[in-house]
Amino acid sequence: MRPVSPLGRLRDGLMLVGFALYATPFLWQLLTAFKPEAELMVLPPLLPTRLTWEHFRAVLDQSVMLRALVNSLGVGTITTALALALGLFGAYGLTRYPIPGKGLLLLVVVGGTAFPQIATVSPLYLLLRALGLRDTWLALILANTSFALPLVIWLLTGFLQEVPAQLEEAAAVDGASRPRAFRWIVLPLLAPGLASAALLTFLFSWNEFLFAYTFTATEASRTVPVALALFPGVFEVPWGDIAAASMLASVPPVVLVIVLQRYLVRGLLGGALRE
Amino acid sequence: MRDRRSWHGLLLLAPALLTLGALTLYPTVWVLWLSLQRRVPIFDVHRFEGIGNYAFLATDPRFWKAAQVTVLFTIASVALEAVGGVLTALALRGQRWGSRVALSLLLLAWALPSVVTAKLFEWLYNPAVGLINFVLGGLPLNWLGDPRLALPGLILADVWRTMPFVTLLCYARLLAIPVEIYEAAQLDGAGAVATLTRVTLPLLRRILLIAVLFRTLDAIRSFDLMFVLTGGGPAGTTETLTVYAYRSLFQAVQLGLGSAVGVVVFALVMLTAWAYLRALRSEGIVA
Repeated sequence: MRPVSPLGRLRDGLMLVGFALYATPFLWQLLTAFKPEAELMVLPPLLPTRLTWEHFRAVLDQSVMLRALVNSLGVGTITTALALALGLFGAYGLTRYPIPGKGLLLLVVVGGTAFPQIATVSPLYLLLRALGLRDTWLALILANTSFALPLVIWLLTGFLQEVPAQLEEAAAVDGASRPRAFRWIVLPLLAPGLASAALLTFLFSWNEFLFAYTFTATEASRTVPVALALFPGVFEVPWGDIAAASMLASVPPVVLVIVLQRYLVRGLLGGALRE
Repeated sequence: MRDRRSWHGLLLLAPALLTLGALTLYPTVWVLWLSLQRRVPIFDVHRFEGIGNYAFLATDPRFWKAAQVTVLFTIASVALEAVGGVLTALALRGQRWGSRVALSLLLLAWALPSVVTAKLFEWLYNPAVGLINFVLGGLPLNWLGDPRLALPGLILADVWRTMPFVTLLCYARLLAIPVEIYEAAQLDGAGAVATLTRVTLPLLRRILLIAVLFRTLDAIRSFDLMFVLTGGGPAGTTETLTVYAYRSLFQAVQLGLGSAVGVVVFALVMLTAWAYLRALRSEGIVA
């Protein structure tokens, strides 16, 4: 590492300010969420005279947003668990067993990641309604799982290929059964890859709008993006409350990007950099 | 022995295949079937129509306008993201400290729900107290209400949201370029500009083309941002094919017609992917 000159430091500092400016749309909304009601509809000044929790309190006092947060969290968690379980077995089968038509299957999986939701939303709506699943968590879990699955399989086959099959063969020679070798050798080595796939799936489910907007009808299953899109404003648009609700909707993505960045980056690159 | 192993493999794959079959493949076949029907539940209309819906779309000005908006939106967004993505990736690589923080600030935009992005930009574009008009010196521009400004406004929001993905891919590629290549370029007397245009950019080409493919497919099928930010308005200037499909399906409740538009989006995505991969293959970029 070369020593950094003062000029280099200045340049780095200025660039960092530039990157912070890139996040302005978000930071501006963050500031808005803490602005007192009376100061919302005046600009300038840019900065408020004081900060307030009133908008967050107003949003959390209504049952809509609170319920939506619970729904999103529940649907996201179950979707992630389900997609990961299905994807893990599928990817293991694809990488470790001589399955006929493997190349074609993988092609279908890759194609599946580019699938437009708008093309299947109408039959899925009819299907879920016929099954009596309208406005339930299960409807969203099923729809989101099927949508996230191709990406999960794609990511996990990539990560599994990095785990040498010889390790399992060596374990088999030592008398370990396949499930045992899978549990004690493959799974620990696959853990970071699983974490990446889980994070991307949860994020997809948390952010998903089209299915959630179409398949839900009431607070019982509305997720955060839907509640935010339908945010009630009786006489005028409650900008402060919308800003506070947006910030609540942004908590998981923010945590992901700041705390778990390593896994996010690995997942994104793992999905994109393969042939 | 080999047969039994195949069966075990298929058994492991079966739950995933069944899920995809029931919830993706089956609906895909069904939507094709739906698109061949005239279904207006509120009038209790339900009959087979053959290619009637497609024939209608072929002469439907609203459909062609939506197709035009989709193509315009896709090309403009992806082009801006590619250029911006390369530039920010180069800036990131130059960063000796704080690159992790810088990457967080960028990726934040990518990770937010698109409904949140729509709300952020709705507030930024506010004609009276929006930050954008304020920065422009108090111009009273009605971004989302003016038919000339709505599409550029929408594109800007989309570029903000998705450019970081291109940045990340290019940045990862830049980090993987061995220092020796640059040292060799320096020895050969290449200046900063020559190094950029003769060494760095050619090495970025492959990953950039792949990023552009991903982004193009994403842009064609995107829906949330325009639906929430502009709702397709004003005067249909931001109505993409996806928004048109949704409105036909669930607001006009014409399931057949809406499904036909959905099928068109599907075909557009697949054709684009196919054509693009063919072009990449002929250049030897993908196998």
